[in-house]
Amino acid sequence: MAADNFALFLGCVAPLRYPGIEKATRELFKGLGYDLKEMTGAGCCPAPGVIRSFDQATWLALAARNLCIAEKQGCDILTICNGCYGSLFEANHMLQEDPELLKKVNEILAEVGMKYEGKVKVRHFAEVLFRDVGIERMKQKFTKPLSYNVAVHYGCHFSRPTKIKHLDDPERPRMLDELVEWTGSKSVPYADKNMCCGAGGGVRSRDSKFALSFTETKLKNMKAVNAQFIIDVCPFCHLQFDRGQKDLPGYDIPVIHLAQLYGLAMGLPESSLGLEAHEIKVTL
Amino acid sequence: MSNAKIPDPDFAQSIIDAGGKTLDLCYQCGTCTASCPSGRTTAFRTRQLIRKAQLGLKDDILPSEDLWMCTTCYSCVERCPRDVDIVDIIILMRNMAVQKGYMAEDHKKVGRSLMKSGHTVPASDKLKQLRVSMGLSENPPTTLGDPAALADFQKIMNKTGFEKLIGGA
Repeated sequence: MAADNFALFLGCVAPLRYPGIEKATRELFKGLGYDLKEMTGAGCCPAPGVIRSFDQATWLALAARNLCIAEKQGCDILTICNGCYGSLFEANHMLQEDPELLKKVNEILAEVGMKYEGKVKVRHFAEVLFRDVGIERMKQKFTKPLSYNVAVHYGCHFSRPTKIKHLDDPERPRMLDELVEWTGSKSVPYADKNMCCGAGGGVRSRDSKFALSFTETKLKNMKAVNAQFIIDVCPFCHLQFDRGQKDLPGYDIPVIHLAQLYGLAMGLPESSLGLEAHEIKVTL
Repeated sequence: MSNAKIPDPDFAQSIIDAGGKTLDLCYQCGTCTASCPSGRTTAFRTRQLIRKAQLGLKDDILPSEDLWMCTTCYSCVERCPRDVDIVDIIILMRNMAVQKGYMAEDHKKVGRSLMKSGHTVPASDKLKQLRVSMGLSENPPTTLGDPAALADFQKIMNKTGFEKLIGGA
């Protein structure tokens, strides 16, 4: 697939809860010279925790439909959410590794006149920035030096399972910390940094109080190091931290997606960051 | 005998056949339990769930709350010295539970939302206004506002029997 362009996969939470993440991503990649293609008619990835837990066959077929939309455009997929990345990457991996499974899924896709050839790569925008764009090209685009002390939250489905993703060290990842530090901000270490936000696996929708207990543990550790912002690369973790703090007295750490942080560093106006959609007020 | 746990000798094999090929590799070291954030504050024990699966304690596992405690964070998978695909195995057992009708009402709601719109969360008018004010399209260029695409999405779900599985739209 063409390496110089991507099909933008939006998913659900970014476009329908935090459109600033979508807007900032579009502006960021436009500024870098990419012409992102629309994945017209794409749906939910579908979500790895809920839908895959209900029925893997449905999950796989719907993921394959999304992969087909990008394949038809001749582009690899760019995701802005760990959940979308997790689902599409894993589904793609399964289909590329198992010709029998691919055949079975294509029989389902034939119902809607589609066929997946297995040619697409699924990428996460953060690793594209890190690996394809790189620090030199990125720094040329930054016009506003930032000097925040932030708590980086990786989220589970960014680099794990590492045996198929090969992005970073599972215990001591560095990629997102470095991406944050390219802007001039400082990634502050905190206890249990790699812990889950609590939302995944269908836990948030089934038992929100239990999900929140994870979130509170993380927030307590972030607060202990005086983090000014939480930086994430997943709209679902973003939602869990942002909306979760409404129900957790004593916490009000603003939550910023990396695309929004990069938008800010590139001098985008605040109106392009969609900060009014955030529950916890973001003061820059 | 009400507490008797009767093993189903075919259960472990059914997990293996569905894709959980590494189930038998577990030697019960407990690294998974030690790594699990859900187990920190609850009685959920990953090692126990995997052992029950190996033993075929289907009637114990499928209706259980434990099956839904996993956030799929993969901490256990990353550390498992036997490379057991713990999360995949839990997901396969969840699929079996759903097939038996064990599914939370809130999860059915998520499933219904997916069938209705192609998304797991609804779009509010306020959100659409915000999108427009930012120079984005009112609806994202997805199944929302694209009836033909949504019809295709739903056709796939009908073919796989999703609606029936979650107990109707």
